[in-house]
Amino acid sequence: MITHYGYIDGSGEYFIVIDSEKCNGCRKCVEKCPQGALELVTEFIDLEDKTVAAVSEAHRKKIRYTCQECKPEENKTPCVLACPKGAIRCSWKSP
Amino acid sequence: MTEQPREYWRWQEYHRVRNDKSWKNKDVITAGVDVGSVGSKAAIMIDGEMYAWAVTRTGSNSPDSANKVMGMVLQDTDLKQSDIQYTVGTGYGRVNVPMANKAITEIACHAKGANYIWGPSVRTILDVGGQDIKAIHCDESGRVTAFLMNDKCAAGTGRGMEVFADLLQIPIEDIGKVSLSVDVEPPPVSCTCVAFAKTEAIGLLRKGWTREKVLAAYTRAMAIRMANLVNRVGLEKEFVITGGQSKNMGIVTRIETILGVKTLPSPNWREGGLDPMVAGAAGAALLGKALYLKSKG
Repeated sequence: MITHYGYIDGSGEYFIVIDSEKCNGCRKCVEKCPQGALELVTEFIDLEDKTVAAVSEAHRKKIRYTCQECKPEENKTPCVLACPKGAIRCSWKSP
Repeated sequence: MTEQPREYWRWQEYHRVRNDKSWKNKDVITAGVDVGSVGSKAAIMIDGEMYAWAVTRTGSNSPDSANKVMGMVLQDTDLKQSDIQYTVGTGYGRVNVPMANKAITEIACHAKGANYIWGPSVRTILDVGGQDIKAIHCDESGRVTAFLMNDKCAAGTGRGMEVFADLLQIPIEDIGKVSLSVDVEPPPVSCTCVAFAKTEAIGLLRKGWTREKVLAAYTRAMAIRMANLVNRVGLEKEFVITGGQSKNMGIVTRIETILGVKTLPSPNWREGGLDPMVAGAAGAALLGKALYLKSKG
């Protein structure tokens, strides 16, 4: 499952995209995020519970503020670079 | 005696049992309880077929809401709570469903439920809930392949529509029809946040806009937001809307126009058909059946 976390507004489109099929729950992104915005959650896939990375509930609705510092570096953010499986992407598109 | 003032925002709570067919085998009886932010839904499935469902308002307490909707769904059936072999809780209050054997996110449940209601061709699902909007993409088995939730607040959700029904004094079930009654579609309101949109709407009313025009402008702004989410997650022509707002023709028609795609026709819930609002609970009951069978080996 590919989950998109982000927002669309007048300043553009910013999204963190996590592919839970690639994610192995290694926790490296959680440790590297300077804002502590990521956490490990249990996702239900194919009748099994799997531990995967996700943007935490607390940050999900305020990504525009949380990710502001890293935002200009598309696909070079600490979370993207930390992932050994290439499971995280991040994109910023200005209007 | 004075007459009670009409509560325009209040929508119909109901329960239904399908007695149009005989339920003979009853090998596996499962339930799904979807405690949403505004509405609580329950579904009972017998061998993977929808037998009964109920829709009610969520109170301030998730366990109470779960118990209430479960009590409603069992009414007029010949089942008792103890006959249910497996219950899955889902939705906003899923971890607080006392009778649940397991909690599963509403994303997985909605995809499974839409797959059941509309069939395996469904690929794109827009779930417009009471407090958030989710765009889901799934495969032919109802397995989620991509997912996107709106970034903030109640913008463009069922709760927002309740606020507008109340402000404009239009019964919630008529809100879609009324919003479509304008001759010319007005520009959308600029604020999508419910609180600010309400302030903006009051300003427009004071400027002399009709209720219909204000509602059309608000509904249009919401539809644009929802359409953006759908495009992001991947729009395919097998597209459906679930959740309470699937009953709002003003939203559905506008999204169809913006996206250039017709939604798959919904079953007529008023005449006994399945209710798109119960998709999450139906999916939960189906996943419950799969989990129950898996646990039995």
